[in-house]
Amino acid sequence: MRYLPHTDSEIQDMLQVIGAESLDDLFSPIGQACRRTSALNLPQPMTEWELDRHMAVLAENMGHSQQSMSFLGAGSYDHYIPASLKHLVSRSEFYTAYTPYQPEVSQGTLQAIFEYQTLASRLLGLEISNASMYDGASALAEALLMALRISKKKSTVALSTAIHPHYRQVVATYLQPMGFHIVDIPWGKDGRTDLSHLPQDDLAAVAVQSPNFFGCIEDLSRIAQAAHDQKSLCITAFTEPLAYGLVPSPGSQGADIACGEGQSLGIAQSFGGPGLGMFCSLKKYMRNLPGRLVGQTQDDQGNRGFVLTLATREQHIRREKATSNICSNQGLCATMAAMYLASVGGTGLRELARLNRDKAEYTKNAFTSAGCSLSFPAPTFNEFVIQLPRDAEEAFCQCTEKGIVPGLPLGRYYPQLSDHLLVCTTETKSKQDLDNLVKEVCS
Amino acid sequence: MTTYAVPGTSGLTMNEPLLWERSRKGRCGFSLPSRDVPEADLPDELQTPELDLPDLSELDVVRHYTRLSHWNFGVDTGSYPLGSCTMKYNPKTNEVQAARPGFVHAHPLLPAAMSQGILQLMHDLQNHLAEITGLPHVTLQPAAGAHGEYAGMRIFYAYHQAQGHQRRKILIPDTAHGTNPASAAMCGYQTIPVKSTEKGVLSAKAVEELMDEETAGIMVTNPNTLGLFEENIREIAAIVHGKGGLVYCDGANLNALMGIVDMAQIGVDVLHLNLHKTFAAPHGGGGPGSGPVCVTSELEPYLPIPRVVNEGNRYVLSADFPHSIGRLHTFCGNVGVMIKAASYILSMGAELKTVSQLAVLNANYIKEQLKEFFYLPYDRTCMHECVFSDIWQEKYKVSTLDIAKRLLDFGFHPPTIYFPLVVSGAMMVEPTETESKEDLDRFIQAMMTIAREARENPDLLHQAPSKTKVGRMDETMAARHPCLTG
Repeated sequence: MRYLPHTDSEIQDMLQVIGAESLDDLFSPIGQACRRTSALNLPQPMTEWELDRHMAVLAENMGHSQQSMSFLGAGSYDHYIPASLKHLVSRSEFYTAYTPYQPEVSQGTLQAIFEYQTLASRLLGLEISNASMYDGASALAEALLMALRISKKKSTVALSTAIHPHYRQVVATYLQPMGFHIVDIPWGKDGRTDLSHLPQDDLAAVAVQSPNFFGCIEDLSRIAQAAHDQKSLCITAFTEPLAYGLVPSPGSQGADIACGEGQSLGIAQSFGGPGLGMFCSLKKYMRNLPGRLVGQTQDDQGNRGFVLTLATREQHIRREKATSNICSNQGLCATMAAMYLASVGGTGLRELARLNRDKAEYTKNAFTSAGCSLSFPAPTFNEFVIQLPRDAEEAFCQCTEKGIVPGLPLGRYYPQLSDHLLVCTTETKSKQDLDNLVKEVCS
Repeated sequence: MTTYAVPGTSGLTMNEPLLWERSRKGRCGFSLPSRDVPEADLPDELQTPELDLPDLSELDVVRHYTRLSHWNFGVDTGSYPLGSCTMKYNPKTNEVQAARPGFVHAHPLLPAAMSQGILQLMHDLQNHLAEITGLPHVTLQPAAGAHGEYAGMRIFYAYHQAQGHQRRKILIPDTAHGTNPASAAMCGYQTIPVKSTEKGVLSAKAVEELMDEETAGIMVTNPNTLGLFEENIREIAAIVHGKGGLVYCDGANLNALMGIVDMAQIGVDVLHLNLHKTFAAPHGGGGPGSGPVCVTSELEPYLPIPRVVNEGNRYVLSADFPHSIGRLHTFCGNVGVMIKAASYILSMGAELKTVSQLAVLNANYIKEQLKEFFYLPYDRTCMHECVFSDIWQEKYKVSTLDIAKRLLDFGFHPPTIYFPLVVSGAMMVEPTETESKEDLDRFIQAMMTIAREARENPDLLHQAPSKTKVGRMDETMAARHPCLTG
């Protein structure tokens, strides 16, 4: 096997040094009762070429083809990724390294993460960022746990029902064993969170998503005000950070924590992972942050350099009292996000965000001209909901037969919205694609 | 201005500023798509100030990251015997498989008919992991080892809830990874430490004294972090089960046991794996990883949703499991990492047993040759890793940290240091099976030289490393005056 370098004679020499008769001898501490009695029943080892063929068949048995076209968003977005990113992230000095425990030989990873933390903080308008979380949903769950830690005695959090349903499910998984309460806040007619239902007591945090699951941009400053009035934290989640190329950042609107999914920033969709959990907050909460942090310092010669820092918050030091159990994160994905933001740039990001929104506005108009109606009037970015004159699942099936995935029928998550379709249009869709979508959905 | 021949500006290790120090307003390294729709009016709430992000050209970005990469040590650079991290070779074909357009362009909410290929891959991988571990049911959803531990603890919690009595405590050996107590605490469990014996393993007696009906179970790492097989595991499992508890096994060290131990047979109820350790997926400088969880049939109903289900002639994602602990990840976990691990398993087949044998051979080879030079607190046959201490070097005022830094000058990544906590000045060496005898011999030689230097010229060690891009970093300054953004 090409990954195993040992020759038979080397094995014999090594056994002799150890003083063992055979490889089996090395396992003498394992009693017979613990031993496996049968050989591993796995397929015959494949050659590299057999593996290529096997994987090609699987990869071709997917929806992706020249003819197919997807308008799904809902937490995973189709954006162009420059070829340069794929090449840079394939440098094995990055991807075959471990967490940078030895800073003297990890300055590449450390500087890259420090730069990511900086760009993420600037994009989200907050003072600090961690080195990444697993994904948007677990980032939100950890943000709520952090808010509950900060508030000490409170045990309730309020969650907008216009947050991605999967995020809310993950939050429920994380909060339930700790005995915390989740209060659902409904959305109003305009498609934004309706604050009139906010609980008035025991509230550690108010969490919303913006743009929310319906694509609507929330009135964050009002939500932050309402949260702060009760001395609770305002947490803003997101699934589409590209929106902040155009939409005011959560930090600028008063959010204390902004967290969500960074997949849009140069990371492939890959059936939902690996993506990037982004996590930013105000500096005063630094010691409560979950996850790794990279900080700037200097070496014994006074040269600028970077290290993992504030580790006393973390599991390997603090054990059961840690701010989180997270150890491995999504470091390489964070590096990709920084590469992407650096490539697009501040000037480019504004233009790209604008183009995303313009495609959506064009499509909204085309839908309304074709007899559909917009479900919600609030402003949107690159995703929006339309109400169809028929069941959305029916339209969905009809379109997929023609190779078009027209969006997400919302009845799957919100039974009352069974004739509504969530549609996403990014820069990858041409005007003709958009016209074709409208034609097929409305036919 | 003459800048040539200044260190850091010539040769192959180049200085490189921070991204924004390279920025020139108006540059763009991205091919902006042409506009084919009209510009829509911006409502008032979208009239925002300019973004504070740097502008660079494509070549600026390419040079920036290429130079940064030169300052990094990876498995492809050299031996990386970082204990408990299993830094084995990451085969290149696995990267090719994960990058296939059919996989990378797949949206996670595609209808089942448009995602059969990836669902089949995930289903096959689950079956293979079940065969390798002996535990029949598998979820691939956790995104890392600690996420897997959390899933496992959450399953403990759900199981006890279903028995009608929630328990408050959990037993965790003093040799456990820090993530274990942290994961248990996130389910509200109070952690009760269990001392290991002078042989470096758990005794059935110690567990028996602590196990009661208020204790949810035990979290064991096997082989443990001293690199020793927990030989009393079956007795321990019987005691825990006898009191209605469950046995969790941290499988970070599974690289020693493939094809050798059946986890179900030794009494394990829940086990997490690290695809980025045992199954050759790369660590990515800290992630993404993947931490599947394998369970017994009794615990199968609690696995997280959605699950990949085979409905005869097709695969679907199903959330129809009413006893499930719920969802742990937005979608199905780190699928890209799963593809790499699946590729590895398909390439190795039953040779995975050879992998474990050679991993154990390499660790014992190092242990035998270095134990004359560095104190070996547990002088027994080890599994995939061995742990030394610096106490023989103390008299020269040389510490584990100095030894680790000096190893960098010899071109090796140091072992895991100061862990496990039960060994003073621990150096935990895990060579992995992909290191050849010559590489091991070079490592052994370097360690012997360092042992001699410690006696004869300890300052060489105190001043190490001397051949890296930067010298020893001031970590105290970083923590006292945190600077987390530029």
